[in-house]
Amino acid sequence: MSSEHIDEVSGISTTGHEWDGIRELNNPLPRWWVITFYITVAWAVAYTIAYPAWPMLSSATKGVLGYSSRNAVKIELAAAEAAKGKYVAAIQQKTVSEIAADDALREFAVAAGGATFKVNCVQCHGSGAQGSKGFPNLNDDDWLWGGTTEQIQQTIAHGIRFASDPDTRQSEMPPFGDIITPEQIAQVGAYVASLSGKVQDASLIEPGAKVFAENCVACHGDNAKGNKELGAPNLTDAIWLYAPGETAIAVQVRAPKHGVMPAWIRRLGETKVKELAVYVHSLGGGE
Amino acid sequence: MHVLDKTQMERLEAKAVNSAKTRQPLYAPRKKIFPKRASGSFRRFKWLVMAITLGIYYLMPWLRWDRGPFAPDQAVLIDLANRRFYVFFIEIWPQEFYYVAGLLMMAGIGLFLITSTVGRAWCGYTCPQTVWVDLFLVVERAIEGDRNARMKLDAGRWTARKLVLRVSKHAIWLVIAAATGGAWILYFADAPTLIGDVFNGTAASVAYVTIAVLTATTYTFGGLMREQVCTYMCPWPRIQAAMLDENSLTVTYNDWRGEPRSRHAKKVQAAGQPVGDCVDCNACVAVCPMGIDIRDGQQLECITCALCLDACDGVMNKLGKERGLISYATLSDYNANMAVATAGGSGPVNPSLVRTADSTFSARLAHFHIRKIFRPRTFFYMGAWTAVGLALIYSLLTRDRLEINVLHDRNPQFVTLSDGSIRNGYTVKLLNMIPEPRTIVVTMQGLQGAEMSVVGSDLPAARFFAIAVEPDRLNMLKVFVRQPAGEVRHAAQTFKFRVEDRASFESDEYTATFNAPEIAR
Repeated sequence: MSSEHIDEVSGISTTGHEWDGIRELNNPLPRWWVITFYITVAWAVAYTIAYPAWPMLSSATKGVLGYSSRNAVKIELAAAEAAKGKYVAAIQQKTVSEIAADDALREFAVAAGGATFKVNCVQCHGSGAQGSKGFPNLNDDDWLWGGTTEQIQQTIAHGIRFASDPDTRQSEMPPFGDIITPEQIAQVGAYVASLSGKVQDASLIEPGAKVFAENCVACHGDNAKGNKELGAPNLTDAIWLYAPGETAIAVQVRAPKHGVMPAWIRRLGETKVKELAVYVHSLGGGE
Repeated sequence: MHVLDKTQMERLEAKAVNSAKTRQPLYAPRKKIFPKRASGSFRRFKWLVMAITLGIYYLMPWLRWDRGPFAPDQAVLIDLANRRFYVFFIEIWPQEFYYVAGLLMMAGIGLFLITSTVGRAWCGYTCPQTVWVDLFLVVERAIEGDRNARMKLDAGRWTARKLVLRVSKHAIWLVIAAATGGAWILYFADAPTLIGDVFNGTAASVAYVTIAVLTATTYTFGGLMREQVCTYMCPWPRIQAAMLDENSLTVTYNDWRGEPRSRHAKKVQAAGQPVGDCVDCNACVAVCPMGIDIRDGQQLECITCALCLDACDGVMNKLGKERGLISYATLSDYNANMAVATAGGSGPVNPSLVRTADSTFSARLAHFHIRKIFRPRTFFYMGAWTAVGLALIYSLLTRDRLEINVLHDRNPQFVTLSDGSIRNGYTVKLLNMIPEPRTIVVTMQGLQGAEMSVVGSDLPAARFFAIAVEPDRLNMLKVFVRQPAGEVRHAAQTFKFRVEDRASFESDEYTATFNAPEIAR
């Protein structure tokens, strides 16, 4: 700015900034504005002293109030734990059926169990507990090892065919490919499939029933309804862990697949296992 | 060494940034304003508006309205904790908040309408800032006296009297401010209970914080900052320009009859020079709460409170001249009259041109006519305002007070049960939106052979069930719908959940989808 410019109309000098002939008057600021401005400056300085602010070489200044967001989270988590305390204590005391019978406790257990399920169980059973081939659907009313709250608790706590847990649920269907002939396998496959649906060659059913009576009834029962003590599935219903149909059944008879479920008691503890049991039982198929 | 003459020395074009000549103060102290008490028809109207608006604000929470035993009996209540809003006979749930949005639209369009017809009437009469400043000025005048007494007191040294007057003035201001903050919180809880809690110290801390904040802002804005809020902080004065046009009424100083102003009219007249009606008494400036001179023309700071109009009319009455030297006038009328007074802009204002020989006003002068209010622009605003209003009323009269919302389980979408039947899960929300308990019947329509069962209830699986819902509450149920394998027709069938209140014949429906595996067809 080479020389001062005075606005003709107002008689006030301008800042020298000009936009298309429009000049900015160099009016002083209102006092309240300036005071507010200084207050904000003072506030900013005080804030950086009171709270963590200035970056140093390896960390930042701590602030005289000793605030840290990590600490704040810790305090909030502790408060949340404390709020859950009375429910958790009650869940520790009571059996799963007692928990399921108490409205407030059940609601809490279902919410808590749902959260635990999302972290630990969805990998195999799916996010909606709908399962997939080889992994049981937990929403339905078909239970290999029993669907009461206690039975579910036992399964979750100790797992299935989980070698390192002595209390694990144990059962193993022998590979019948070594025991009976391929013809017999095809026959028993047709018989089992006929219990819940149609088969292509009805003539196989009768000999299949005989094969079944000789080899399978020990575990699956005379009427093929299964045995929950042994984890032997009900073969007359519409639910198939691997696949429906005589071919798939024959494949399973010849060389059975066996899923393994880990024991969760050591990893999750008694309370979480109870909560999980109540949650799984609440999905709609619980007995 | 060759020595330069001082005239040969080059002069650099440099100037200190803070050179004494151009140095400015960093801040401008506020110029204190001491508005004089005005009297006249506009002042009376403003008293009336003030009484009505303050009355509504302070007394509304105390109005009772009987809604039966299951709802609060406060006429206007914003129940944030329960998320219910009560306005007399209307109860609004959060999902019906569009009523509030509609009212805001009406307020906005209404503001456009008012501004385009009568200028900044909102600023001048009903804006809370204006009303509270007016109230604070009443207190100031009652304690310190009118303009001259206040100016004297302000300029004078600190004495015991000045101290007493100032302390009592600020004390009363603070009481008013606290009452303002106190009244605000009463809209959010049962007023008689809350006021008791506030005084015995058991109210929620948010109540005290709100009172404190509103006390501080009311005291600061109404008592200390006053006109600065309008001039510096409020965006509305800046938006005015787009709202006003040449047919909007604004407070106008009529130069065409006032100029040339003179304090010594007779002397000037005797000298044969033209003289206008303005006697330059500054009455208009003295009463102005914004501290401006309306004779400088329409300006940003003017809130069109029309107190200058009252002041000037008083002076004109005393002088035996026609009222209306300052008047509500439109720019087009003003320009027309200026053209008359300046003989088409060919010279300075000559007041004799607007008068006839017997010194009454010339017939050529333009006067405001009520027709000017009705122009396309105001019709448009009026139409939009009415349309929104009618839409709101229609929607209010036909809205549902019994609703059903259904959320289909997404994961899993269906479950095959051991007997081959298919089960779908739904979260069913029943909304009883009246403050009375009801028994609602939920029925299934469509989906052959299927039955519903409510999780956690003893109701047998059936195609309908009756359930009691609490007054003014949402009842959330988990419902399983199960269809036998043989009845499943498609992978995605639709059916209806229907809710009915068999006492009032209110009903609502929700069309839901029932999913099944492809294989089950």
